[in-house]
Amino acid sequence: MIDNEEKKGFSAWIDKRLPVFTFINHNLRDYPTPKNLNYFWNFGSLAGITLVIMIITGILLAMQYTANTDLAFDSVERIMRDVNNGWLLRYIHMNGASMFFIIVYIHIFRGLYYGSYKYPREILWMLGVVILLLMMATAFMGYVLPWGQMSFWGATVITNLFSAFPVIGDYIVTFLWGGFSVDNPTLTRFFVLHYLLPFAIVGVVALHLVALHQFGSNNPTGIDVKSDGDTIPFHPYYTVKDYFGLGVYLIIFAALVFFAPNFLGHPDNYIPANPLQTPAHIVPEWYFLPFYAILRAVPDKLMGVLLMFAAVAVLFILPWLDKHKVRSAQFRPYYKQFYWLFLINCVILGWVGAMPAEGIYVTISRAASIYYFSFFLVIMPILSRFEKVGELPSSISSAVLSEKFDKDSESYAK
Amino acid sequence: MRNNFLSFFFVFKFIVFLPAILISATTNVELMKQNWPFNGIFGRFDESSLQRGFQVYREVCAACHGIRHISYRDLKGIGYTNDEIKVIAAEYEVMDGPNDDGEMFEREARPSDKFVGPYENDKIARLANNGAYPPDLSLIVKARADGANYLYSLLNGYKEFPDNFEASEGMYYNEFYPGNQIAMPSPLMDDIVEYSDGTEATQSQIAKDVTSFLAWTAEPELEERKSLGVKTLFFLILITIMLLGVKRKIWKDVD
Repeated sequence: MIDNEEKKGFSAWIDKRLPVFTFINHNLRDYPTPKNLNYFWNFGSLAGITLVIMIITGILLAMQYTANTDLAFDSVERIMRDVNNGWLLRYIHMNGASMFFIIVYIHIFRGLYYGSYKYPREILWMLGVVILLLMMATAFMGYVLPWGQMSFWGATVITNLFSAFPVIGDYIVTFLWGGFSVDNPTLTRFFVLHYLLPFAIVGVVALHLVALHQFGSNNPTGIDVKSDGDTIPFHPYYTVKDYFGLGVYLIIFAALVFFAPNFLGHPDNYIPANPLQTPAHIVPEWYFLPFYAILRAVPDKLMGVLLMFAAVAVLFILPWLDKHKVRSAQFRPYYKQFYWLFLINCVILGWVGAMPAEGIYVTISRAASIYYFSFFLVIMPILSRFEKVGELPSSISSAVLSEKFDKDSESYAK
Repeated sequence: MRNNFLSFFFVFKFIVFLPAILISATTNVELMKQNWPFNGIFGRFDESSLQRGFQVYREVCAACHGIRHISYRDLKGIGYTNDEIKVIAAEYEVMDGPNDDGEMFEREARPSDKFVGPYENDKIARLANNGAYPPDLSLIVKARADGANYLYSLLNGYKEFPDNFEASEGMYYNEFYPGNQIAMPSPLMDDIVEYSDGTEATQSQIAKDVTSFLAWTAEPELEERKSLGVKTLFFLILITIMLLGVKRKIWKDVD
């Protein structure tokens, strides 16, 4: 029995049995996307591309790296000196971690501004938080692998945090170390997990995309898509826009890799790990600094640890803290101001995280930590009840048109 | 749309560069900044300075400090020929073996060997140096903040102890060393080496040359990296401008 309607050709034959082409067509080509997305919507695809870059360079580095406390440091130097283009691979991977966090933090702040976590995208948002957590674990363990001074002492400080938990604390720490100090078993398991977790991230990213394509992208107005007039097909409009964004991103990435590869790193990590000599300041990588600041702001160790974890965990319940009907901060005069304050507050937290925990810095970190949590736990619930908003545009198209109209009349006035 | 783009750059710069700048701002003494030829996008090493620096390393530093990440063959990177490298390597003895009789034996180093350090192990190194360990210098420029300027300043930063300074036994005063007490005596002075190319061997010239050499041992890939970087950026900027054109053309009719 041959279906007369069947399309001819090899790809059609495949597609009937395994609908890959239909899938691509549906999700990357015809996929209807709001027509008013701004450049902040580039950061999702940039994060995905960075993940791929990290996995490829990481696999190639793993072919040359040796996870042994006696050999790790020298094997990294061998990659830098003797492996063909090894320095390039390592510098891409090393700076790629920083770029990944920059991209993802901007991606998160975009979601926060435009209310992308609200109904019906709660699970999409929560999957994103899972990705962030996995990234943090992966980055932390990756930083340990070169077995420099900061690797060793960073690992010691962070794993020791778990000893704050009563009764089981010491047991957890010994369990994490695989011994009684950060040593060879710790390094080997960190290497194994550092190789494993990125593939877990790939899995969660796939779920993140499934959840995204269920309702499609949010947009700067936060208004739902109402008609075909509000959308354009993903290809060629957003493919070309993503390509352009990628070009700009790679220029910045390459500038860092080729001209300032160690700018974001710490010089102490070029000193081989020495368990008998503690560095003057133990500083985590820049992307952990805000959380490190929260940890150190609290006088009690256990509370500090709990608050640090809570600083990420609070993002999980964000959709239920901010129940305001309007998504986009564009139309929320008060939320908008608290949002920018929150962003500045995060930068301040990052800054005090890099400073020694003494004097004025402690006071600043406490104030900033209080605002960090108040933003989510106090300001958001209050605003969702009391913040009044004006009339929203009736659709994306009308919002875009009125913006265009405003601009035109402005230029006429001139 | 253009506004969003600018604010992206703003946010990017703010988030990335602020903490790093603030960290670097915490060092207290102003270093003696030099205009290194290997700085900047088009930076290159000065080969004759590297060779002079290598001479300083061999005649002065190597008495106490190793450069264990460097092989003799790497000297090609600072302009030596294969034959010259063989001669240089042959001046060093390495332990090899066991041979077919089960004996360890000493032989002349080959170009493929790593530089032989001054001490057999850390304990002997400490014993010979009043308990202080002379660090390996291969990575020293990368392992210190603003490494080249720091090293140059350190080598020129020896002074008499200030009057009310509580100095420990066998230590020296250095303006730029953290805590100001350093176990290494001032290693350089005018004419401590004699340059064969006629360059005047002042202390600051010697410090400059050996710092350049150690900048090279820390980043032997620097020239290749920067020249590849310039080509890569040129390509990326070109293709990005083209993509912007394509993007504008495709988006022309969207409203």
